[in-house]
Amino acid sequence: MTPLTRRTLLVAGALLVGIGLPRPARAALPGSLPEAPRIDAWIRIGEDGAVTVLTGKAELGQGIKTALVQVAAEELGLDPASLRLVTADTELTPDEGYTAGSHSMQDSATAIRHAAAAMRALLAEAAGRRLALPPDSLRVDGGAVAAPDGRRLSLGEVAQAVALDAPVPDDVALRDPARYTVVGRPLPRIDIPAKVAGGAAYVQDIRAPGMVHARILRPPRPGARLVGVDAQAVASRPGVIRVHRDGDVLAVLAEREYAAVTAMRALAKGAVWQGGTPVPEPDALFSDLAERPAKRTIIHEAGTDTPMPPGRRITAQYRRRYQMHGSIGPSCAVAEFDGSRLTVWSHAQGMFPLRKALAEMLSLPEAQVRCIHVEGSGSYGHNGADDAAGDAALLARALPGRPVRVQYTREQEHLWEPYGGAMMTEAAAVLGPDGRIADWDYAVRSPTHLTRPPGAGQLLSARMLETPFPAPPPKALPQPEGGGDRNAIPLYRLPRARVAHDFVTAVPLRVSALRSLGAYMNVFSIESFLDELAEAAGADPVAFRLAHLDDPRARAVVEAAAGRFGWGRALPKGRGAGFAFARYKNLAGYCALAVEVEVDRESGRVRMVRAQAAVDAGQVVNPHGIRDQIEGGIIQAMSWSLFEAVAHDAEGPTSRDWSTYPIARFPDIPECLDVHLIDRPGSPFLGAGEVAQGPTAAALANAIRQAAGVRLREVPMRPDQVKAAIGV
Amino acid sequence: MPTLTVNGRTQTVSAGPETPLLYVLREELGLNGAKFGCGLGQCGACTVEVEGQAILSCVTPVGVLEGRPVTTVEGLGSPENPGPLQAAFIAENAAQCGYCIAGMVMRAHALLRSVPHPSEAEIRHALRFNLCRCGTHMRILAAVRRAAGPEPATTGATP
Amino acid sequence: MRRRRIALWLGGALLLAAAGFGIAAWRPALAPGGPAPAETAPEQVRKGAILASLGYCASCHTAEGGRPYAGGRAIGTPFGTLYATNITPDPETGIGRYSLAAFTRAMREGVDREGRHLYPAFPYTHYAGLTDPDVAALYAFAMTREPVRQETKANALPFPLSWRPLLAGWKLLFVGEARMPADPRRDAAWHRGAYLAEALSHCGACHSPRNLLGAEVRTKAFSGGEADGWWAPPLDRTSPAPLPWSEADLARYLAEWDPLHGGAAGPMRPVVDAHRTVPAGEIRALAAYVATLYGPGPAGSRTGPVDRAIPGDDPALARGAATYAGACAVCHESGGGAAGGVPYTTSSLGHRTALRAPDPRNLILVLRDGIAPREHAPGPIMPAYGAALTPARMTDLAAYLRARFSPDGPWPRLEETVRDLMRDRSRPGPRAEASP
Ligand code: FES
Ligand code: FES
Repeated sequence: MTPLTRRTLLVAGALLVGIGLPRPARAALPGSLPEAPRIDAWIRIGEDGAVTVLTGKAELGQGIKTALVQVAAEELGLDPASLRLVTADTELTPDEGYTAGSHSMQDSATAIRHAAAAMRALLAEAAGRRLALPPDSLRVDGGAVAAPDGRRLSLGEVAQAVALDAPVPDDVALRDPARYTVVGRPLPRIDIPAKVAGGAAYVQDIRAPGMVHARILRPPRPGARLVGVDAQAVASRPGVIRVHRDGDVLAVLAEREYAAVTAMRALAKGAVWQGGTPVPEPDALFSDLAERPAKRTIIHEAGTDTPMPPGRRITAQYRRRYQMHGSIGPSCAVAEFDGSRLTVWSHAQGMFPLRKALAEMLSLPEAQVRCIHVEGSGSYGHNGADDAAGDAALLARALPGRPVRVQYTREQEHLWEPYGGAMMTEAAAVLGPDGRIADWDYAVRSPTHLTRPPGAGQLLSARMLETPFPAPPPKALPQPEGGGDRNAIPLYRLPRARVAHDFVTAVPLRVSALRSLGAYMNVFSIESFLDELAEAAGADPVAFRLAHLDDPRARAVVEAAAGRFGWGRALPKGRGAGFAFARYKNLAGYCALAVEVEVDRESGRVRMVRAQAAVDAGQVVNPHGIRDQIEGGIIQAMSWSLFEAVAHDAEGPTSRDWSTYPIARFPDIPECLDVHLIDRPGSPFLGAGEVAQGPTAAALANAIRQAAGVRLREVPMRPDQVKAAIGV
Repeated sequence: MPTLTVNGRTQTVSAGPETPLLYVLREELGLNGAKFGCGLGQCGACTVEVEGQAILSCVTPVGVLEGRPVTTVEGLGSPENPGPLQAAFIAENAAQCGYCIAGMVMRAHALLRSVPHPSEAEIRHALRFNLCRCGTHMRILAAVRRAAGPEPATTGATP
Repeated sequence: MRRRRIALWLGGALLLAAAGFGIAAWRPALAPGGPAPAETAPEQVRKGAILASLGYCASCHTAEGGRPYAGGRAIGTPFGTLYATNITPDPETGIGRYSLAAFTRAMREGVDREGRHLYPAFPYTHYAGLTDPDVAALYAFAMTREPVRQETKANALPFPLSWRPLLAGWKLLFVGEARMPADPRRDAAWHRGAYLAEALSHCGACHSPRNLLGAEVRTKAFSGGEADGWWAPPLDRTSPAPLPWSEADLARYLAEWDPLHGGAAGPMRPVVDAHRTVPAGEIRALAAYVATLYGPGPAGSRTGPVDRAIPGDDPALARGAATYAGACAVCHESGGGAAGGVPYTTSSLGHRTALRAPDPRNLILVLRDGIAPREHAPGPIMPAYGAALTPARMTDLAAYLRARFSPDGPWPRLEETVRDLMRDRSRPGPRAEASP
């Protein structure tokens, strides 16, 4: 990637002028096509034949760039290396909302695949006219349309004669998956060389001419108000451009980065803050959550008009503490305001919603705000990226004509990012005389999992301005995807079932989307509970699951994971095996997981020794891409489940750095972690980025049960908790 | 004004001697490799090599580096022409977001200098203070193993 | 080094002289036996677990990365290297054949089941003060651990020190009545703390000076000692801590970390880690007793934290100041963890006792090796500067920190100490925690 100076961006802007995208409602179109049905919304060809792919999704480290290029290259018969890709940019690309929820392949890759196929058909048609040959006798391949007689027309030539602003037809012919040469292959990630060799790869690497460095000063705890500050002394430090204050938003701008750092520290010394939002003591966290007002929705009901069947009733409660995204790179953004137009470079997950929020906050027409996605450190949901973009925008407006770079500190990222909320679930089931689940009753109590923009009040600083934007009331995300109730409905055959979502409208800490949202907790609960039921029924956990599973693809991953793991083999003393399964959101990828753990009875320390996952994500585009997402998901969820909880006291969160929020390190990493992919050529892409989070938590709990004889029902399952459960 | 030798080039920098190397590398020398991850010496994203040893550039003032050669990930190769360790990371897809990776590469590089054929335990031990949030650990381990290659058969009996 | 060699010879000679007593004090082997079921009742085991934590058994009897209580940790002494034994109930390599009587004799008298004398790195001089019920609870705990088959490595001691009967003489000279203070004006918690500190937790083993034969000097109990090459600060009136240690400060320090004094490093860290599983009441009791050792009111140089302006004309101090600004200030001038700054920092380094120490060892060691993150639990992290700083820059930094944060004059032999401790920086000592 070339450094993103203003000039290269201008050049890019001139080349690819944004076009108004009409939005006819055409529900038949797959993926994101209904939002942007024109071919050239997704793919364009320059006069030189250079092909550019456009996506409204963003690279977050999930390898989406590589996979999208593969999909386009496959349909267009091009070398993937010859394609240029433009990711989320409000002026250039379609609006695909957030890059979240494992949707990128389903939405964007599907749209690009169809657009590319449509383009191929049009190119063949146009070339056929020129060559006086039937289009289906032509091949689009290697950057040209080739005739059987050897004549070739370059794509650039042909493209002139094609109306690429045509809509993608709903009956477009796709390439036969059996003949794929690019899709399904482990193309090496195109963004890695720059990342391992110091190329400019991140928003943090932007060095625009005239750029100034800003640091924000945040209160020591949420809710505190600024009552005094000695801005003058800091403003007169060498290299400091100014101290900016608006309400409780305090920032310093400097010519050089380290001058901004030292000025921020000086400013902090003289700042006086008062008050704060109280938080329940850690011990009272769940009793507090249980007492908060909640709105109940019954999201699933079946067979409840039949009488309660006979059998053994079993109940359990599960809990999850606040957990954080904890990106390795604290959030960063660059913004420039030229007096009328604002441009923001950000690693947030939704450029279009961000644009809305910024426009509202600054009272600018949306058309005068451009948001461009540039990669940052992995975010795993809604972290501080939007807030940093908001801060950069505020400061850019205060200093027109100069790009402003805002970099959060580690402590700010830890303290101010919206966390994944604390949750509780209650499960009850009746185990029938036949050893099957005869009744199922489940409730999940959760705060919101979505406080992202588009509202200006979703930006942290906007709430702290002299004239603040209040945070909009939190929303529950509707089924079928759900928020706190994501994956709350089991995929198992349950003749009689009731599933309730208790949506808690206010919680003491700021919360939002963390990778997989409520699915992590619901799958942890359901899959732990399933093992508890299997145990009560005296059944093998895998057999018990299969006895309740009808979906053949679900059965296939369960059988594959169990088989490859060697399920049922005896393990040495102190070791245990655990199993879990889920289909993410009940509509995306399938994941079954078997893990082996070692539990040290003295310390309660749990080590994940090995794991075997089986995943069905539909048509595989890049097997290594999926494998890496699953591996990463398992390791991250292992870290969440064994180690992570946001620490807090009555004054607010106290997890302010890695010393107060420990995460997994290399010695915790399993010896062996295998991902088995079940490819489904020709079937739709199913998102895979978040499928492993929930199964990992439950598989670990189930394995601990087997290894140490104790059942843990709260995540994280830290050594202290495991030890306490084991006793001496 | 301190002089610094980075990736073989000696130059005078305008930053004061107290300025942490990380800011000088990124801002004054325009190098992207070392990353700001915490600035507190806790995560390893800013790892570079000084005299063959891994150090944390975010908490190392340039004043202590007079006459001591510094190597950053840029010194091992370029995106077009990666060095052997970088090539191993590319071959193993050893990056998700990649933000931690330059630090991992440098920490592994320092390890391989002192222990050319580390055991699995030695690799994990050496990398234990470098954090990765994406869970790329299996790939990183594979990359370091790949770069180290198998232990030469000639070493004979184990000690 | 030279002093140590003299000590060794002197020690050797004295021990030989004592050998006569040693032979007279031959001890019989005790019959093999295991615990009676009542001895391992669950409440006994639970009680024993807490006592074992307060005795820090695991910190010596577990090798780095090894199985708990299976021994193998190398313990450096001025006389040579000892290896901690396997105290799991494995019959062959552990203590599986110990009866309660044999266990009691080992704990109180330093004699193993076969009748061999144990080296006093095992603090039986302190354990002599343990009550019978506590020894029984510890026994119940030990005998219910997972047996691990692991041979203990042979000690690396020069002759004649390797000849165990000599220890009988040593014991005659140095093992007496256990110290067990009693004071009718003090409450039960204080007495509990005294018992813990003197017997089970064996605080004096590190915090009291030792004589040339490695025995604690009882008349100078708690006036400071050493452990694994670290200075173990005095716990009495001579403590140079900048602020007095109140009972509450000590309780915080012993349980995790104290905002007024900071936290443990070096060999004290496993001690604080072990307290995580101990009921708060026990920690408070320890704190209550230790607080009284310091005596009432400020003493010595307990003059409050110091932060002095440093004249800019000394080039070495100026270099040290620049290093401090770029390496230390980001955390240590963040205002203090308790005030919302970087966690686990005091409001200034003026609070740290290490900078008031009579010698710079602790400062240099913590700078060199840092403080490794606690495994899977919150706890301080400090990066290691052993590779980033040359000995010369380390000396500048240490001199600057001393000048700025201590009212006492420059450290004697600073440069040599740095040189000695930095020489092996690529090969850290047994407990060193090479850190980020
Ligand atoms: S940025 Fe230097 S260790 Fe984290
Ligand atoms: S690859 Fe993202 S933090 Fe390591």
